[in-house]
Amino acid sequence: MFVGAGQGNVLLGILIGAALMAALAWVYITVLDNERLARWITILGLAAIGFFFAGMTGLIVGLLAGWFFAFFIFWLYEGRYRQKLLPYLTGRQVFEHYLFRVICGAIFVFLITPILVVLPLSFNAQDFFTFTPEMLRLDPEGYSLKHYRDFFTNNEWQRSFKNSLIIAPIATIISVSLGTLAAIGLSQSHVPGRRAIMGILISPMIVPLIISATGMFFFYSDIGRFLEGTLGMDKNFVGYVKVILAHAVLGIPFVIITVTATLVGFDQSLTRAAANMGAGPVRTFFKIQMPLILPGVISGGLFAFITSFDEVVVVLFVGSASQKTLPWQMFTGLREQISPTILAVATILVVISIALLTTVELLRRRSERLRGLSPA
Amino acid sequence: MTDATQSGPMLAADGTPLKKSLARSLRRRKLRALALVAPLLLFVMLSFVIPIVSMLLRSVENSIVAETLPLTVVELKNWDAEGGELPDEALYAAFTKDMVAAVEAKTHTRLGTRLNYEQTGMSSMFRKSGRKIKRLDPESDAPFKEKLIEIHDGWGDVETWRTIKTHAVPITNGYFLNAVDMRRTPEGAQAQPEDKQILIKLFGRTLFMSLIITGSCILLAYPVSYLLATLPMRVSNLLMILVLLPFWTSLLVRTSAWKVMLQQQGVINETLVWLGLVADDARLVIINNQFGTIIAMTHILLPFMILPMYSVMQTIPPSYTRAAKSMGATNWTTFWRIYFPQSIPGIGAGSILVFILAIGYYITPEIVGGTKGVFISNRIAYHISSSLNWGLAAALGTILLAVVLLLYWCYDKIVGIDNVKLG
Repeated sequence: MFVGAGQGNVLLGILIGAALMAALAWVYITVLDNERLARWITILGLAAIGFFFAGMTGLIVGLLAGWFFAFFIFWLYEGRYRQKLLPYLTGRQVFEHYLFRVICGAIFVFLITPILVVLPLSFNAQDFFTFTPEMLRLDPEGYSLKHYRDFFTNNEWQRSFKNSLIIAPIATIISVSLGTLAAIGLSQSHVPGRRAIMGILISPMIVPLIISATGMFFFYSDIGRFLEGTLGMDKNFVGYVKVILAHAVLGIPFVIITVTATLVGFDQSLTRAAANMGAGPVRTFFKIQMPLILPGVISGGLFAFITSFDEVVVVLFVGSASQKTLPWQMFTGLREQISPTILAVATILVVISIALLTTVELLRRRSERLRGLSPA
Repeated sequence: MTDATQSGPMLAADGTPLKKSLARSLRRRKLRALALVAPLLLFVMLSFVIPIVSMLLRSVENSIVAETLPLTVVELKNWDAEGGELPDEALYAAFTKDMVAAVEAKTHTRLGTRLNYEQTGMSSMFRKSGRKIKRLDPESDAPFKEKLIEIHDGWGDVETWRTIKTHAVPITNGYFLNAVDMRRTPEGAQAQPEDKQILIKLFGRTLFMSLIITGSCILLAYPVSYLLATLPMRVSNLLMILVLLPFWTSLLVRTSAWKVMLQQQGVINETLVWLGLVADDARLVIINNQFGTIIAMTHILLPFMILPMYSVMQTIPPSYTRAAKSMGATNWTTFWRIYFPQSIPGIGAGSILVFILAIGYYITPEIVGGTKGVFISNRIAYHISSSLNWGLAAALGTILLAVVLLLYWCYDKIVGIDNVKLG
């Protein structure tokens, strides 16, 4: 079929494959007339052919292809493709419907493939950025954890990882605490100049990173000289302070946006009720308001965290070599193309982002549920 | 309401007029809200707005010439740059005096670097002559004109003095002129020589490629958001993960993935060769050029287009399209006349967002763009870290910022800043 034809002429291969399938379909429908049996024949037959030609990988490809074609033949023949659609559609409309689905599927594949490609490549036993023949044969020898080992033992990577773990949480704490207070202030009515303030607070997200980085580069090098020269602080410490402050600013818009969005659904009469019953403003905040807007605060914090954790441009300009973060290390690695350890790091980061995504999604659900309890 | 019978103003519990007491409490609430906002506002002002403003100032600031050569600048005012004659002895004397002081303070090389941006060769001229001028005594060694010309022919060149005179002003438009491929001359702004005109082209390319990226994002995002908006909630939530996962994945991970896929020995080329679609010796060149940048950035920015489109399309009631169909409209008419106009706000919001993000991108073009696929931001980074022409970097940044703010203003008009949503 397609695969077998790969060695020679593609067009011819597809034609032969189609003809074969048509013949097979004719046999099934007219002679066999037993769907389950036909399906098993196709799956096993194709798997056997695949195994014969390409070993383990061929077996899996063959299994999948067999399952698909068996399904496809009966799907076409019995007109199952019409079952879920409106009965009065013309043939062309049905075709268009499925064409549209296929196009969308292709776009989803485009979206997800780059991430999926990285995962298996990070287990590559060779120092290549591509699939080796051993890997395609699913040979265990083609896979190894050596890039992960490299990541966990290499000083360079470990130091940058540690730096990231120092900088991102502190920056997140700063932006979350200040941002939440400001969002609560902004959500109250009668704030003079609300739009202007909002515009300023969100500007770090709008201004392109390279411009923020340029501005911060000039400004923080002056500040750094002042702190080191006049106040005599440690150079390393000043470097961290600069990067953390810069990252905190970048995270603020995300906190503001998510927290104000949560506060929209917050019932202000609850705080009034608490005050009525004698709670002070601080107690009201921690006992009443905070638990209710917590999901928004946490997801804002996660956004701020990932912004800082993922940030290269600003740290590249503001920081010095001792503040090298993980993304910076990856960036230099990619530019100079040192090692596939980058792919191992990428996989770890993908896993982290999946965890974060799940957390945010769960928080969003919880927040919606809470909002349902307290009608706005 | 017993108050209605009272003749005076209504009173609050403590006896003050109600109006006054209300105003006071309102003022107090306003102050409290402002006090909550103040720390953050101060923080953002200090660590973000001031740096940006200082960058803007740096793009016009040019006090280095007047500070390093104060006497020379005064003398240069009397010199006629148009005449084509060398300045007189008084200027050379003033220059020697300035230079001796500058060499003492070691600032002459910095001035040389600054003037080198305008006329190549200035840097080495200042460095070389610095050592020799240091030996001259500004009091006794007069006259200086011949001696200086002997030290370096450059001092006998009218062009040198014209350059110094042109750039002696403390506030200059020179960097901005440089940023648009012009230069400051005694006769006013003039175009750079042909071979130096790269920045306008780069600006054009940045805009053009951002437009292409925005366009391809619209093309790809529209069907997907339509599908997500029309499918039942349970299925579309599942498919949404496929959109959100790339959105949450680190930018560098996605960029490195594209680098892996697009390389000459990369996944795409290997697959095509294996399938026999491409000959082994004619592998596609899809990295380090504009195509690489466009495809990688389209992928990276696609979620930013899908999310706003999806949230707009979700609000379009399906009954409208059904009504149109029941009145005899064809599929195409229904879509074009009923559905599409209602989805335009989503397209607008997504496009501006993607365009703003694309125009200032740095990392991805740097890694997959090679030399042909880079953006103006890569040029800014180059001037900051390699050529050290910070004034020009600041001017380029200011122009880019102006473009982005203009777009941001449009975005605010169309969507509103308050309506920005995430995830």
